[in-house]
Amino acid sequence: MSVEKRIFKIPVGPQHPALKEFEHFVFTVDGERVIDVGFRIGYTHRGIEKLAESKTYIQNLYLCERICGICSAAHQGCYAQTVEELADITAPPRGTYIRTLIWELERIHSHLLWLGVAAHEIGFDTLFMLVWRDREVVMDLLEMISGNRVNYAMSTIGGVRRDISDELKHKILKGLDILEERTKYYKEVCMKEQTILARAANVGILTREQALKLNAVGPTARASGVDVDLRRDDPYGAYDEVPFNVIVYDTCDVLARVLVRVDETFECINMCRWLLENLPEGDIRTKFARKIAENEVVGRVEAPRGELFYYIKSNGTDKPERLKVRTPTLANILPVCEMLKGGYIADIPIVLAGIDPCFACMDRALFIDENSEKKWVWSREQLRIYSIKWYKEHGNEVVRERWKQ
Amino acid sequence: MAVLSKLVKWARIKSPWIIHYNSGGCNACDIEVVAALTPRFDVERFGILLKGSPRHADVLVVTGPVTRQTKNRLIRIYNQMADPKFVLAVGTCTITGGVFRGAYGVLGGVDEAIPVDVFVPGCPPKPEAIIQGVVKLLEKLQKT
Repeated sequence: MSVEKRIFKIPVGPQHPALKEFEHFVFTVDGERVIDVGFRIGYTHRGIEKLAESKTYIQNLYLCERICGICSAAHQGCYAQTVEELADITAPPRGTYIRTLIWELERIHSHLLWLGVAAHEIGFDTLFMLVWRDREVVMDLLEMISGNRVNYAMSTIGGVRRDISDELKHKILKGLDILEERTKYYKEVCMKEQTILARAANVGILTREQALKLNAVGPTARASGVDVDLRRDDPYGAYDEVPFNVIVYDTCDVLARVLVRVDETFECINMCRWLLENLPEGDIRTKFARKIAENEVVGRVEAPRGELFYYIKSNGTDKPERLKVRTPTLANILPVCEMLKGGYIADIPIVLAGIDPCFACMDRALFIDENSEKKWVWSREQLRIYSIKWYKEHGNEVVRERWKQ
Repeated sequence: MAVLSKLVKWARIKSPWIIHYNSGGCNACDIEVVAALTPRFDVERFGILLKGSPRHADVLVVTGPVTRQTKNRLIRIYNQMADPKFVLAVGTCTITGGVFRGAYGVLGGVDEAIPVDVFVPGCPPKPEAIIQGVVKLLEKLQKT
C-alpha cells in the first residue's frame, strides 16, 4: 500500500448523545495519526442576536441567560452589567457581592461537571459518577439561593433579585466545607491515578506561542502558561476586592487543563467564603428606567470557559439596537484544532473535551477512504469505546514513548 | 404467541434504553438529563441506559427547540430507531420553542418534526420532573 492510500478523511458529527451541543469536524488521518482538522459550526444557530433586538432590556435578561445553560449566570450577569453601564447606573455593593457569589458557585458547578465528563471520555466512569454525585451539593446551594438548579435568573439590571439570609449563609458555608473536602480528594486522584496520567499527560499539546497566536481563552490558555484572567486584569463585580490567585500551569497538555480547573475550584470555594463573610449591608438592587439614551458599550466577564464578550448599542427606546455576543468556546475552536494535529485518533475525545466545549458532537463519525470510496459510520460512543479499547492494546508503548519526551 | 408478546412487553418495560439528542437547546436540559442518570437521582434503577446509537434505543429524549439546521437530522435519527419507538421531550423549548420562539433559526417545538409521547415542561425541568415523565412513559408502555 502506498503512502497516499493510507490517508483518510473522517467527518465527525454533527449528532451526539452526550450533554453538549453539536459540531461537525473533519479529521484527515494517516494511520492512527491525525494530520489535519477542519470544522463546521452553526447547527445550533437560532438567531438570538436578531431576536434580542425585538425584546425589551428586561426580557433580554432571560433570553441571554439561555444562550448557554451551563454558564447561564455568566451570560446573564455580563448582559446586566453591560446594560447598567449603558444606562449609567451602578448596582449596590450587596447586589454586586451576591452576583459575584453566584458566578463563583457556578464556576464550581461547571468545573466539577467538566471533570466528570473528562473522566467519562477516558473511560473512567467511576470518577464520573462520583464527581456528579458531589456536584449535587453545589446544585443544592444554588437552588437554595435562587430557587432553580440551572437557569438561576438571579441578576437583573441594577442588582440581583433575591437576598441571602443569615440562615442561608450558614448552610452555604457548610456546603462549601463538603465541597472542599471532596475536591481535595479529586485533586489527589488526578495527580496520582495512573489511568488519568496515562491518558492526559503529554496529550493534546498547545504551546504558549500557539495559545497566544490562536487567541485561546480561559482555563485552556492558563494551562498553556498564558497568565490571563479578566477577574484580575479587568476587574468587574466584586473582583477588585476579593483576594484570589490566578492558576497557571505550563505543561500545556490535557493534564494541565484538568489541574487548572481543579485548583480553580479551590480558589472559587475560598472566594465564596470571603464573599459571604464580608457581605455588605444594604439594598440589593437600584431602580432602572426602561428607556436608555443612545450609547454603546462593550462588557467582558470571565465565564467558567474563558472570556465572554458582549457589545450592546442602544437607540433611546426600551429595546437594544444591536446585541453581539462572543462566547469562549468559539475562541477556543482554533486552538483545539491545533491540539488535535499530530495526536492519535484515540485521543480525539479527551482533547476535544479538554477545552470544555459547549458542543462535542462526536456521534456518527463517517470514515471515508478517499481512494476506494469505502465508507463506514461511527457514532461518538463507538469512537469512545474504540479509544478505550485501543489504549488497552497499545497503551503501554504509547505511554512509555510519552514519558521519554 | 401470547406468552411471547407478554415476555417482550415485560422486557421492554424493564429496560427502556434511551438516546439523547439536543436539537438546538442551551445545554441546561442536557445537564439535567445527565444528572438524572447519575447517583443522586439514578434512573438506571428503572433499567434505563444511555445509548450512543439510535438503532439500540427505544426512547428518544429530545431537548431544545428544533432549529432549521437540525430538523432533518432529528427526523433521520427518529427513522433509524427500531419500532416500537417513543419520544420524551424535555423542557419548555420542546413544547413551543420557549424563549427562542420567533427567532429566524427556530422552527418551534419538537412536534414540528416528529410525534411526541410525553412532554416534560420546565426551564430546565428538575431531574425529579424528568423521572416523573419517564414514569408516565412507562405507564404508557404498560398499556400498549
